[in-house]
Amino acid sequence: MEKQVIINVKNLVARYGDDVILDNISFDVFEGEILVVLGSSGCGKSTLLRHMIGLDKPLSGNIIIDGEDIISSDGLYYNVLKKIGILFQSSALFGSMTISENIALPIQEYSDLSKRSIMNLVRMKLCMVNLQGYEDYLPSKISGGMKKRAGLARALALNPKILFLDEPTAGLDPVSSAEIDELLLLINKSIGTTMVIVTHALDSILNVAQRIIMLDKNTKNIIAEGNPEYLKNHSKNVSVKQFFNPKRSVKNINGFY
Amino acid sequence: MMKSKQLSSRFYEISEKEKGEILILLKGKIDIKNSAHLLKELTPAIKGNALSSLVIDLGKVDYLDDFGALVLLETKRLAAEQKGNFSIVNVKENIKGILSLVNFESNEYFMPLKKYTRPNILVSLGESTIQNADDIRFLISFLGSVILSFIHVCLHPKDLRIDDTITYMKKTGVDALPIVALISFLLGLVMAFTSSLQLQQFGANIYVASLVSIAMVSELGPIMTAIVVAGRSGSAFAAEIGAMKISEEIDALFTMGFNTTIFLAVPRIIACIIVVPILTLFSDIFAISGGLLVGVFMLDLSTTSYINQTMETLTLFEVMWGLGKSFVFALLIAWIGCLRGFQTRGGADSVGNAATSAVVSSIFLIILFDSIFAVIRSYW
Repeated sequence: MEKQVIINVKNLVARYGDDVILDNISFDVFEGEILVVLGSSGCGKSTLLRHMIGLDKPLSGNIIIDGEDIISSDGLYYNVLKKIGILFQSSALFGSMTISENIALPIQEYSDLSKRSIMNLVRMKLCMVNLQGYEDYLPSKISGGMKKRAGLARALALNPKILFLDEPTAGLDPVSSAEIDELLLLINKSIGTTMVIVTHALDSILNVAQRIIMLDKNTKNIIAEGNPEYLKNHSKNVSVKQFFNPKRSVKNINGFY
Repeated sequence: MMKSKQLSSRFYEISEKEKGEILILLKGKIDIKNSAHLLKELTPAIKGNALSSLVIDLGKVDYLDDFGALVLLETKRLAAEQKGNFSIVNVKENIKGILSLVNFESNEYFMPLKKYTRPNILVSLGESTIQNADDIRFLISFLGSVILSFIHVCLHPKDLRIDDTITYMKKTGVDALPIVALISFLLGLVMAFTSSLQLQQFGANIYVASLVSIAMVSELGPIMTAIVVAGRSGSAFAAEIGAMKISEEIDALFTMGFNTTIFLAVPRIIACIIVVPILTLFSDIFAISGGLLVGVFMLDLSTTSYINQTMETLTLFEVMWGLGKSFVFALLIAWIGCLRGFQTRGGADSVGNAATSAVVSSIFLIILFDSIFAVIRSYW
């Protein structure tokens, strides 16, 4: 089966104020894949994500999501919004609503299901992310890992074609991180959701990524693209090597003691 | 009996083999787009009949997500309500995956929806009593903490954060001057105009000057200024400190060894008690000039006679009384603003509540203390 392009980023230039953050970036995301965007802190990963979901406007370039250009067509952007789900770094759950109300909110807005059906659907979503029984909790009463999972359930509320995740495992312990990774793989496999993940957690990258794109702070562009295992072992690029094998530099410092 | 509806016949076929044995054949893609519609059409077909068994055939379903699973679940519930047997046949491997992902067999889905129950009145009464007692305890301990901090700052003036104090003086005082001046000017104007309607009848126009100056300097000037400051700065204090509280910044200050009252509350309170009396003075001046405008242009009074009458009416005691009141109001506004900020806990909405509560409480306290001052003065 030939892979279909679902997101097409073409010659994207982004800047904040006078600083150019991304300089002429182009890449594709294929339907059903898990793509990880990585790079050191401050290289523009989050900026790229914010542009891809339409929160920021680029200086120039095009972003085409499922056949619709989200930069030039303001009206059509709302069609695209129904196709994408976003898990924000801080989960962005509404603090004044319970977990189930948070998840039910988009479903109530965009479907004709009865109240009872929505309740059951919310239970199913929570079941998918292993949060059964937490329907009536407020976001402030649950742990960070649970918040991420609740945020994921909300992002998945309308079964979007594409899921954008901003550092889904940041600030979580290794066990919770692994749980999130496993969950992402499971959802990708069973529902076929395309995922674009921004992260710099090495374990996550090796666990979930089918393909990676690595951004660089200096060139402000993509310096590596491909299979994570292959890049880890065979890349000639110094930055890529260092990213995947960070222990070396720590050892050097240990030499002083 | 064959039933199939035009609109959704692409997605299902219902057949009944024998009385009460219904077979539903689902077809194609069952997802978010058609699940609500399917449910609406399938429900009467299942509910309308005496049901002994319901079989759902998924043999022709290519794709099913959790919205599709919801369709299965709701039909299962309907069947259970009518005491019919329920089974699903011809389940493909990928669909099995989805069903296990949402734990389809769980009985939890059949639990009734939680209904809102009115809490017992005694329980709510007890809870709010405890809450209020807690609030009062915090209020008193915060008052104590503020007093101790002031004593500390008086003994160790270096510990006062001068730069912060100056910033708050600017925010509370200088930035509020235009609005205070405008409101007072218009108030003086209106008061002069209204009183002149009555006083003119007795040919006592000159007393407009006395009325405006006495009323503004001893009553309305301090109150109006205090209310404006409460709305502008009291709410800002509560929101700033509240936002710091919920983002753990106050905890960070505490662990660095700072006294949070000296760090956050004292500069604000000192700034307030310095600038609010000054603002009040400006308010008095602008109100009198508003009255002057009416006096000169509408009542044919000369500027000199208006000012002379004002000077004659106002005593130093009157002015100081007004300023003394505004000093107390300033203390109340800053104290309540900081108190509400420190009381904040929870999420973003609690910051809003803190700001609202700061303004409401301080306006209430301003009026209350003004009444107390009035009573004190009448027994002087």
